[in-house]
Amino acid sequence: MTASATLTASPYRLREYHSFESGGTQFLYLVPSGAIFALNAIGQAIIDCVGEQDRTREELVSTLAGRGYEEAEIEEAMTELEHSDVIFSGDQTFQEAPTLPTGSFPLQRVVLHVTNQCNLACGYCYEYSGDKISETQGKPKYMDAAVSEAAIDMLIKESAERPSIHVTFFGGETLLNFHGLRDTVAYAKTKSAEAGKSVEFSLTTNATLLNEEIVEFLAEHRVGVTVSIDGDRELNDKMRIFHDGRGSYEIIVPKIKMLLNRHRTNSIGARVTLSAGVSHVRRIYEHLTQEVGFRAVGFSPATASPERLYHIGVQKMSSILGGFEDLAWEYRDWAVAGKQHGFTNANDTLKELHSGISKAYPCGAGLGLLGVGTAGDISLCHRFVDSPVGKMGHLHEGGVDHAARNNFLETHHLGARYDCHTCWARPVCAGGCYHEAFVHYGETSAANLHYCDWIRGWNDLCLRIYGEISLQNPSFLDRFSEN
Amino acid sequence: MNSMRPMNRKARKVQDTVIARTGDVHALQNPKEQGKVYHPMGCTLNFTPGWEVDISGGTAGLCQPVERDLFDCYLGCGWPAQVPDHLNNAPNWTDKCASAANDWRNVDIVFP
Repeated sequence: MTASATLTASPYRLREYHSFESGGTQFLYLVPSGAIFALNAIGQAIIDCVGEQDRTREELVSTLAGRGYEEAEIEEAMTELEHSDVIFSGDQTFQEAPTLPTGSFPLQRVVLHVTNQCNLACGYCYEYSGDKISETQGKPKYMDAAVSEAAIDMLIKESAERPSIHVTFFGGETLLNFHGLRDTVAYAKTKSAEAGKSVEFSLTTNATLLNEEIVEFLAEHRVGVTVSIDGDRELNDKMRIFHDGRGSYEIIVPKIKMLLNRHRTNSIGARVTLSAGVSHVRRIYEHLTQEVGFRAVGFSPATASPERLYHIGVQKMSSILGGFEDLAWEYRDWAVAGKQHGFTNANDTLKELHSGISKAYPCGAGLGLLGVGTAGDISLCHRFVDSPVGKMGHLHEGGVDHAARNNFLETHHLGARYDCHTCWARPVCAGGCYHEAFVHYGETSAANLHYCDWIRGWNDLCLRIYGEISLQNPSFLDRFSEN
Repeated sequence: MNSMRPMNRKARKVQDTVIARTGDVHALQNPKEQGKVYHPMGCTLNFTPGWEVDISGGTAGLCQPVERDLFDCYLGCGWPAQVPDHLNNAPNWTDKCASAANDWRNVDIVFP
């Protein structure tokens, strides 16, 4: 038998994909491309037939012809499915682990820790709680102009040909250093204009220090704002407390309402940190949208090692997924009606699914984003600022350590995360947060295996919702193509 | 594609690749509108170029040397098309092409 005869006689097999049903239609989510297809009857028939038993092309054609399909139609569909990497015959070709692309990785964003101080003492804070990895002793409490200006210069230089850059202010509580922030905005605007780039700003705050002057400034300079708040008074004040134990809700809500009322030039979102005692997703969402007035609310489980009291166990995570599911279907209803729902977790995942993202890295840390500490230490991201882990150079000692950065990217590529190789959710997950992995496993390169079922459950849910929206109101998805 | 329909942006890219690899050659233009017949207007028939205007009255897709000129320009109109010399040097170059619409792939390549 010749080689080509052997090949044509080889049975067909199914390649890697995740199938799901939505709105009465069968869909395929192809892995690793991230393509989403709706199956027609012939496509489904071929997949079923391939899955039943080993069959060669000839056997498949004759079997399907016996089931009422035209031979030419079967041949054409099989060729399509083979070229789309849904089915294959012969030996499966294993691709070598991807290598780091040559060339530069222009920086897009720096996260400036304008202070490492905070006026709150939230129980789950990864900067101050039991899982803290930053070592701020001996470091300035506030970032001074020399450091922030050097950071902006570094961003402009390292952004190479990128036409736009982004500066995020973080802390500690960012607004404890509002004057430094204000001066940095002015400096960044001047320098980026000189470099012919546009610059955007955002910050995260606990809202305790917001006042009219600050809000006017944020609105004038179109600073995007993320407000940390965990829901109504009872839930928020479980963890988000002042150093003397008082809850922060009463202080922050009037200030947030003033912010939402006066600042209309950029997005303002609420960021909820879920923990063992704070996992009431719908209650929190409804309070923050209906009572406080947020138009966008995102949830994230607190990063914590399993021994922490506020650590969310498997059972609680499952109930949180139930809460997410509840809001996500509501998102679907709104989307079908052409309205924008404020559940940002669903919005963000649907946006990624719409583009068909296939990530080599879980996030932009070390790639297009770097963190900078108050003393000028450059780090992987804001969560590793002032930590010996993920150090990427120093502003006053040669800037970005490109060797460290490249080494990090080589060792943290999805191809090096063997646990992820057979997971269908890897195009969107890629192993998960480096900081989360470090806290749980002591290694930034570890896959976050404690979240796997949750991630797959969430992505399956979002795929089904994507399927329904794409069938019932596809024009809604156009908003995800805009940038 | 008749087996499945692309729903997201990546799927549309996959579809484009599949069509590029497996799709048939489509006469003339409109590669993005598969299955739509491109009807020219002008002095000759569909598969015998030499049109003065296209279906919308435009001139952008009109005959170009080599790619589009076939025998009608040369024989019917005396247009100096860049086709083989049908009378003297390559009298048989269209022998396998009884119907241009169906058999145009069989037109011989003639080297000067």
